[in-house]
Amino acid sequence: MRRIMVGVKRVVDYNVRVRVKPDNTGVITEGVKMSLNPFDEIALEEALRIKEKGLADEVLAVSIGVADTQQQLRTALAMGADRAILVQTDAVVPPLSVAKIFRQLIDKEQPFLVLLGKQAIDDDNGQTAQMLAALWDRPQAVSCSKIEIGDGKATVTREVDAGLEVNEVDLPAVMSVDLRLNEPRYVKLPDIMKAKKKPLDTMSLGDFGIGDAPAFKTVRVDPPPTRSKGIMVKDVAELVDALKKKGLV
Amino acid sequence: MSKILVIAEHDGARLNPSTSKCVTCASKIGGSSIDVLVLAADGSAVAAQAAALAGVGKVLVAENAANVEPLAAVLAPQVAKLAAGYTHVFGPSTTFGKDMMPRVAALLGVGQVTDIMAVDGAHTFKRPVYAGNAVLTLEVPADAIVVATVRVASFEAAAQGGSAAIEKVDAGVALPSHTRFVSRSGATSGRPDLQTAARVVAGGRALGSADGFKIIYSLADKMGAAVGASRAAVDAGYVPNDLQIGQTGKIIAPELYIGIGISGAIQHMTGIKDARTIVAINKDGEAPIFEAADIGLVGDLFTIVPELEKQLGG
Repeated sequence: MRRIMVGVKRVVDYNVRVRVKPDNTGVITEGVKMSLNPFDEIALEEALRIKEKGLADEVLAVSIGVADTQQQLRTALAMGADRAILVQTDAVVPPLSVAKIFRQLIDKEQPFLVLLGKQAIDDDNGQTAQMLAALWDRPQAVSCSKIEIGDGKATVTREVDAGLEVNEVDLPAVMSVDLRLNEPRYVKLPDIMKAKKKPLDTMSLGDFGIGDAPAFKTVRVDPPPTRSKGIMVKDVAELVDALKKKGLV
Repeated sequence: MSKILVIAEHDGARLNPSTSKCVTCASKIGGSSIDVLVLAADGSAVAAQAAALAGVGKVLVAENAANVEPLAAVLAPQVAKLAAGYTHVFGPSTTFGKDMMPRVAALLGVGQVTDIMAVDGAHTFKRPVYAGNAVLTLEVPADAIVVATVRVASFEAAAQGGSAAIEKVDAGVALPSHTRFVSRSGATSGRPDLQTAARVVAGGRALGSADGFKIIYSLADKMGAAVGASRAAVDAGYVPNDLQIGQTGKIIAPELYIGIGISGAIQHMTGIKDARTIVAINKDGEAPIFEAADIGLVGDLFTIVPELEKQLGG
């Protein structure tokens, strides 16, 4: 069985304007729309396309999170994943623990490819793929905008500060995907119905011998510093004057 | 006392300015000693530049033919080994550091702090989360080595004038061959580098096409500015990916940022809010970018931009 494992995370929807809690312990998530992390959706789409090309047999979606994460996994199944695993916990699981859980699942599931989003849009860490690759002692390809699966190896194009970098990696490997890799498909109603019958297994952190202690202590969470209100100018001449006054041109 | 190792970013010949900013971040930890580690095939030129940074105690050079390209899988085991005896390992929050540092942290069995924007103590740091819509203050356990990336836009470059000793080191670890560099293609535009430029002119979707974007390049060249873009403009194919500014692109802190035809999605704003002065030009007076702009001008960019270029001309 040629299997691709895809990590997906439930996050505050990217359109939500996030607000800090008045007691500075975190951000308000109650009553806020939650979605699949957009980068993870791209990772899943890529896995499905690889399968549709006949280069994989099964796509397994894995998430770690609260019970309601089942909604996001059902979305993943509706998109086309064959089965899903939810490692259920109310704790915020740091990237290294996520990587350790995935590492154990790899032993069991034997994927030839693990696809993840390059970062989650909540904590903006962007660490899990690299950490998993380290624990697995396998290649990592971070911020992929093109993935070509070959025989026992893959050629990836990665978005880097200097432009685009092409790497060749042996499989199995861990890859994290960037925005421009693909455009995820829309889920159709019949697929949602079909997804209800697909297997979704639930496990617990304890199944992996991993505790729920955070890696770091949250001291406090604050709103970002705000910028003072600026001025509006009515034409280019006024704009140039304003820039000159500030010594900027 | 903190003993901090900064991992140098370079292209084999030139030390990236991000390294200097990591040194400044490290220097905010009181009573610390700061060493810089250069991993390269031939590290002599880069090591000399690192040694000239004020505040650096020692420059360690790990030379190996395998280090010719910055492959995280190859560099990380060496960094993890050479980190022995250090309390902190810092790398820049550039694609180089973001690729390698989590791998280093996992090899050391610790979590990694992402995007340090302020140092509150040897183990206490501030970092942005939710695209910069919240600032998290976190504390790393006192007994853990701190592995972190430094948000380069938050720190000034270190002064020159140092004269650190340069020392060759060998990590003595087996390096994997499972990851191979093939090629790199990028902008060799001759324009200032987006991440370090003092002035940035950025364009958005409203430019309409790659051809329409030419007025942005033209204005930027007139001003000696770097060119940036919103995600929408990159996605639409007007400009290459390395021009993208924002949560998933580059974080910049120029003296002057001019956003043209950019509405100001939060994902973009997080990339520019450290700019000293933000200028917004947009035909929609309700565009969110005006909320953060120091100077705003509502109007048709295809009229305004050429006019601006003309009036700036001498």
